[in-house]
This record gives sequence, C-alpha cells and structure tokens, in this order.
Amino acid sequence: MAEFTLRLRRYNPQTGAPPYWEEHTVELEPHRSVLEAILQAKARFDGSIGIRCSCRAAICGSCGVRINGKPDLACHTHLDKAQRHAEAGVIEVEPMGNMPIIKDLIVDMEAVHWKKIQRVTPWLIAKQPVPEREYIVPKETMIDVTQSMACIQCGACVSDCLSMEVDPEFIGPAALAKAYRFVGDPRDDQHFERLTDLAEDPHGIYDCTHCFMCIDACPKGVAPMSQIMRLRRIASRDHGIVDRNNGERHEAAFVSLVRQYGLLNEAELLPRSYGGDSPLAKFTPRAGAELASSLPSIAKALLRRKVTPAAVLKPHKLAKTDLQQIKRIYDHAEKDPFELNLYITGYDEDLAGAEKPEAAAASGAVQTSAESGQPGQTPGESPTR
Amino acid sequence: MPAHDVLIIGAGLAGQRAALAAAETGATVAIMSKVHPVRSHSVAAAGGINAAIAIDDDWTEHAYDTVKGSDFLGDQDAIEIMCSEAPQEAMHLEHIGVTFHRNDNGELDLRAFGGASKKRTAYVADITGQAILHVLYEQLMRFHNVVDRFEEWFATSLILDDDGHCAGAVARDIRTGAMEIFDAKSVILGSGGNGQCYRPTTNALICTGDGIAQAYQAGAPIMDMEMVQYHPTTLAENGFLITEGARGEGAHLLNSEGRRFMEDYAPNKMELASRDVVSRAEQTEINEGRGVGPDGQGIYLDVTVVPKKRILESLREIVNIGRDFAGTDITREPIMIRPGQHYIMGGVKTDVDGRTPIRGLYAAGEVACVSVHGGNRLGANSLLDTLIFGRRSGEHAAARGKDMAMPSAPAARLREDADHIASIIGRERTGRRISEIKDELGDTMNGYVAVYRDEEGLNTALGIVRRLKEEAAKAYVDDHGTVFNQDVLSAIELGYMLDGAEATVVASIERKESRGAQFRTDHPDRNDDEWLKHINITRGADGEPQISYSPVTITRWEPEVRKY
Repeated sequence: MAEFTLRLRRYNPQTGAPPYWEEHTVELEPHRSVLEAILQAKARFDGSIGIRCSCRAAICGSCGVRINGKPDLACHTHLDKAQRHAEAGVIEVEPMGNMPIIKDLIVDMEAVHWKKIQRVTPWLIAKQPVPEREYIVPKETMIDVTQSMACIQCGACVSDCLSMEVDPEFIGPAALAKAYRFVGDPRDDQHFERLTDLAEDPHGIYDCTHCFMCIDACPKGVAPMSQIMRLRRIASRDHGIVDRNNGERHEAAFVSLVRQYGLLNEAELLPRSYGGDSPLAKFTPRAGAELASSLPSIAKALLRRKVTPAAVLKPHKLAKTDLQQIKRIYDHAEKDPFELNLYITGYDEDLAGAEKPEAAAASGAVQTSAESGQPGQTPGESPTR
Repeated sequence: MPAHDVLIIGAGLAGQRAALAAAETGATVAIMSKVHPVRSHSVAAAGGINAAIAIDDDWTEHAYDTVKGSDFLGDQDAIEIMCSEAPQEAMHLEHIGVTFHRNDNGELDLRAFGGASKKRTAYVADITGQAILHVLYEQLMRFHNVVDRFEEWFATSLILDDDGHCAGAVARDIRTGAMEIFDAKSVILGSGGNGQCYRPTTNALICTGDGIAQAYQAGAPIMDMEMVQYHPTTLAENGFLITEGARGEGAHLLNSEGRRFMEDYAPNKMELASRDVVSRAEQTEINEGRGVGPDGQGIYLDVTVVPKKRILESLREIVNIGRDFAGTDITREPIMIRPGQHYIMGGVKTDVDGRTPIRGLYAAGEVACVSVHGGNRLGANSLLDTLIFGRRSGEHAAARGKDMAMPSAPAARLREDADHIASIIGRERTGRRISEIKDELGDTMNGYVAVYRDEEGLNTALGIVRRLKEEAAKAYVDDHGTVFNQDVLSAIELGYMLDGAEATVVASIERKESRGAQFRTDHPDRNDDEWLKHINITRGADGEPQISYSPVTITRWEPEVRKY
C-alpha cells in the first residue's frame, strides 16, 4: 500500500461557482489504476464526485479523462506511472478537452463525437445480392479492420485533436477511424462514394495535420491518424480521387518535393500544390489567388526569419549520396507498400536473441515453452505511450 | 410524455436486438439505458458466439451440449429454439456488418469452446461482444428516425395498470434529474445481470440487477437464482475476465506442481470442460494446497503454448489485460488466475417469446431466465441467448401492440419515485455509507455463496443480507444535486442488488442437492428425483420472498450422468 494524492477538477453547474481543484489522499497499491483511486475517494470521502465508469478494464470506454494533462482512460493508467509524471507528486485529473463539461469529470460527447460518428454513414452498405450464407472475403481483411473495430469510443483522441481545436467542424480522428472500418471492409459496396465524400468535405480526411496526438492518446492502439492516412492513400492511389480542397495535390506536392530535394522546399510547396510538378505551376490562377491570400503569413514568416529570401531563390538540397538513399526509400515504399496493423504482425515465431522469460522461472512452478519474445515492448508499457 | 408501442429498458445486445426487431415490423420503439448503449456490459463479452454452421455440425448437437452443460436443468424446448435459430442469427449479424474472422477459404472461422463437442464458436478476435454491440449500434444510428434513444436515463419503476398489465415505466434523466413517465404497450427488460452483488466479479459496475429487482417488485417470479456462474479464468489480481477463448486456442491450466490437473477431473475435455466443472477443479486444487502465488490462491493459465502470431491476432485483448492489469506478458509467461463470479443463469422467468407472467412485460438476456442455461451456461451461449430472445421479444411485443390502444400509465408512480429519491437525498448522516454496505454484500456473497456452499454458510449470508437491507434503508448520500447525481442512483442500485442477492441465497438454501453451478458440500450429489425442477421466487404480500417450483421441460434428452 502507498499513499497517493489526487487533485481533481471539480465543477458543479448548479452552484454557479466556477470550476475548482480539490485534493484527496487515497491508499492503494501502486499498480492500481487512477480510476480505483477516484472511486476510493468517492466511496470514502465524497460520493458527489462525478465520473462515468463501468467496466474498469479498458473495454467500455466510459472513463476518458486527462491525467496530468494527457488524455487516457482512468482505469488504464497505473497510479505509480501517473505519479511519475505528476508535478509536485500530485496526480492531476481533469475532464477531457474539446468537449463541454457537464459536471466534474463528465463531458458532453454528443456534438464533438457522436454527431461526427453519425456523419460518416457508420453502417455497412452491403454488396448485393446478399449471399445466403456469409460473404466470402480474404482472411486478412477482417483481421485488418479489427484494428478500427477495436475503438471503444472513449473520446481520448478527440480530446487532444489539434485540428479539431482549430476547426471544430473537423470530422475528427475517431469518426474517420470508424470510416476506415467500412472502406477496409470488402463487403461494403460504397468505397468510392465514401472516400469521395470524405475527401471533398473541407473538414474531412485532408483536414488532419499529422500531429500524432490521437495515436498517442488512444488507449486501444487504434492509431486513428494511421487510419486517416490509409483513407487518403486508398482515395488517391486506388480511386484517383482529386478533391476540390486541393488536399490530394497538396500531398502529392510534398511527395515530389522530398523526392527531388530530399527536404521540403516551402517556397515551391504552394505552386506545386496547385499546378503539379510543371515549371509553370506558379502561374496557374488558383495558385496566384492562394498566394495572394497567403501574403500575410508569408510576411510574418519573413519577419520571424522562418524563411529568408535567399532560401526561396536557392532551395536547400541534400548531398547526392543522401538523395540516393531517399530514392531507395521511395522505391521500397512504392514497390512493396506495407500497411502496419496491430493485429497483423507478419511473423509466426519469436525472433531469436531476446532474453529468456524470467518471471515464471522465478516463481519456481512452471517452465514456459516460449523461447523468447519480441513484442516490441516490455510488460507494463503500453504500445501507445 | 413519451409513448411508444415498445419500450426497451437496457441497451446491451438483448435490448438493441429487440429494438431493431420491433422497429422492423413498423412499431414505434424507444430504447432507454442508464449508460450510453456502447458502454453496456455486453461490450465485455470476449470469446464468441455459438452457432452450428459448420458442414459437419448440426444444431441438435449444439442443443445436446447445452442441455448437458446446464446439468439437465435447462428447458429443452427453449434450448431447441435457441440452437436451431443460431445459424440464421449468426448470418444476419454477418450481413449487417459484424467483422467475424475468417478461415483460409474466406468463410467464418470457428474456435473451440468449453463444453462443446465441436468447434462452433464464431468470433472477432477476443472482442466479439464489442464488435457485435457496436455493429448493432450502427444499425440504431441508421434507423435513428425509427427508434428513439434515451441515453443516460435511469428507469426507477415499472408501472402496472389496474388490470395488473405492464403499461410503461418511470425514469429519471441522469443529466438533468427530471423524472418522466414513459407510456408503452409493452416493456422489454434487457438490463443485464447483477454480478456487482459479488466482490470480486468480472462484471461492470453497472451490473446491479436493476431489471431483476424491478420485475420482482412488480410481482413477477424470478427463477434459478441460485445458479451463479464462476468463470474459471479471472485475473487473480482483481477479478478481470480472461476469455475462455484462451483455452479454446489451446492454453493450459497448471497447478503448483506444473501439472495439467484437469486430467484428474475431465480427462476427455481437459481445460474445455464446462465452466462449473473447471472452476470446481481449480478451487479443489487451491483448497488442497496446490494453488500458486504468494497466498496459494491462484492457478496458472499458460497461453505461451499458443503460437505467438495466433495470440496477437486472436487474443489481443487479453495480451493488453495481462500487460496493463497484471504486469504479465502472456505471450512469454503464464498468468495467475482463479475462479471468479461471472454470470447469473437465473433471472426473470420468461417463456420462449420473452414473455413474463405479467402481461405486457418481457425480458431477454442475462436479466431473464428462459431457461436455456439451467444450472450452468456454456461459454459463447450468452451472446446467442441475448440475440435470439432479444429478437423474439421484440417481434412478439411489436405484434402484441398492433391492435391495442396506447395505455395511459397512472401518474402516481412518478410521484412515489420522485418522493423516494428526495427522501434518500434528505437522509441524515447517521447511517452507513452506501459503498460500505455494497462492499460487505460483495464479500459476503463471495465468501458463502460461491463455488462450494453449505447450509451453515448460506444461513450466515442470509442473516447478513437481511441486516444490510435494513442498513441500506438508512444509508446516506453526499450528493444533493440533480445533475448527474450518481450517488443517489447508487443508493437505488444497492436496493436492487440486495433484492437479487437475497433471492440467490434463499434459493441456494432451498436446493438441497448439487447441480451445475450450485455445489452443496452437505448435499454433494445431484438428486433428479427431488430436484429436477426450477425454484421460483416471488415477492410475497409481506415483502418477503416466497418459494414455488416449476417443472423442467424435457423434449428429447433424459437426464444422464454428466462427465467431461
């Protein structure tokens, strides 16, 4: 047993008082969860502490909160780990971000989460005719979509989505991961329509800025950003969807610039995003209009010395040998695109060379038959943290 | 005031399936739940769903396995319906989008499960319940203009009209505290079991048996309440579930000698005997000093014998649970487990269409007792139970409402419930805390009404439960507000739990034999002559539980000695 001090963000809409912090000290073993600590405080000291919770085992998705500023499930965070990241040894728990607070740690997920889920047409539009028995589909496809099926709708990704902070109408990481679950499902008949819809929506797949916050936040390894990137790849590569938001061309510009220079050339990014790789790209009317509207940003960048006029005229470029390495990466990725997935691991036996299991041997009772392991993380470490 | 042909209380698999089935017939439907539907405890069902869909399988084999699993207490007419309709239901789920895992030919893959004579369990990794629940919720979103959802509404009472027919319910909007009467031609309970009567339990905090107690208070009989399932593999640390799918994929159970002790108890099925048999075997090993762990109260589950790729694609969730909640990498070392409370076979007595003896009141899923599980439920039969009888209830209730006028539920009940809540909030801080009483209840049930039981222990438990009922009536709450007052709801839930627990103890004392999950050390044998019957409990005029019996329906399988 050890003592832990919780600092809870309290808010009662009925008192008219603003939110405030309240501390409780609880006694629990260090590997118990923050949820158990909150429930102990609730049971012993104050039954009015509000938190949604149910399964206690990271399956129901109820107890999304921010712990020391980071979103997670309260039941999925050990006290000792939370303590290590705590300022002044006090574990801070507050409601998730990007959502209105109802009471204490309870937030309203309706507008920023459930409505967005509803937005992506979240049901299977089955291929016709419906077979008498099951649809015959490749084994891997069902294992593949299991990663997005594993989403428990806890809202942790939505809480810290930076794009959503800037654009509250962004469909968001959870709903787009849900969309992948249908686009990746061979039984669905509307892949093209779904992707067109999500690409053409100015708050759709091209509104994500690759910040990785949702991957970091997700307690279930769903990796919403990866699912969004897969939606983009399938939209552009497999369906050739070129959207009116210029998202597809903008992404293509990144790819071609890095291929050419090894580094991003910001000055050419905008023209190429409109005119492609053509040297006349900067003269397409839309590029001009965009350039004009970007002038304040460009001026600011110049003033802050983020870009210099010299760099614009003479783009930085890697040495030739380094460029060859870059080219090899491109060749490899384009020849053999390998989609990383939580459930598809690609190997059957353990890789050799890792240490022997110790815990079981130490307990004296059993010898395990597994020789060595390579799951990439030690027990106790979540893949997402 | 909302009025619907069918009101469904509880939005897990049974409730959502009932809602969709009723809506398909054109009925107006409302579904209400005290949590958001995807938080329902069905989400935790891991291993899969049974259906005889393999070419070499037949539903009658599934039915026989279920009858045998029930220790011949299950009603065979209901079991025949469940098992014969299972393949069609599984295909329906597949067609609406459940991502069942496939075999190399692209067909539904099937895994082995406890008590089954064949591989019969369709699955989505080890998140089958979650996958099905989320897909049903997708369908509710699709039919959002047909099915009204009342999410985070807490039902406080069922309303009976002057003829004793169910005419609706009273509920409280958790977010605002507003009370409302819901008129309905029929009400379907799908609000789950009451595992929270036990500590530890695999069940979620919401599993407080609300529907069982509400129906009991309305006068409906509850049946087979003594049959409480202990799951063989719950985390020794805190009682979390480790799916039977692990043993289905080939994992071993080992005692302190490193031996697969199941060969002594079930030489043919080994780890895949029915759950009551495996749990008893584990408890015997522990009681006889062959347990593992610092206090000798555990058993090792060795998943390392399953190929790692297979573990990672099909048992991913228990890899997470081992890592996050026990600090164990199950792909490398065995994990310490023990039997733990998991499921209640008993519940509100219904027929094969979900009808309770109260007209207009239906029940389906864990809240109900059809009885398809009898003395012991087979793994992966619970999802099937919820879906088959959820659907049948929804269809039957919708049909019943076709030629009926909308009842107008008497409003008195709303005032009574509102007054009751106000009185709880107004209690003086002289009694005990709700949480203390709940903990004592859980420890008592797990201490005396567990895998092994005897009369003395059961009588002790009954005394404690009755004292706790008195204390609960005076327990105080801290929260005096109306917005998300979870405190006052937990006081109401505690009352529900105590009603259910009392019925379980009374029925366990009554059944003087050992059958299925009930093992009486003072009556160690099954006694078909006297006890091949269901125990029903109804609430008497004095508020005390009254015992009666009903026969077991036998269609084609006479009771025989049960060996695995």
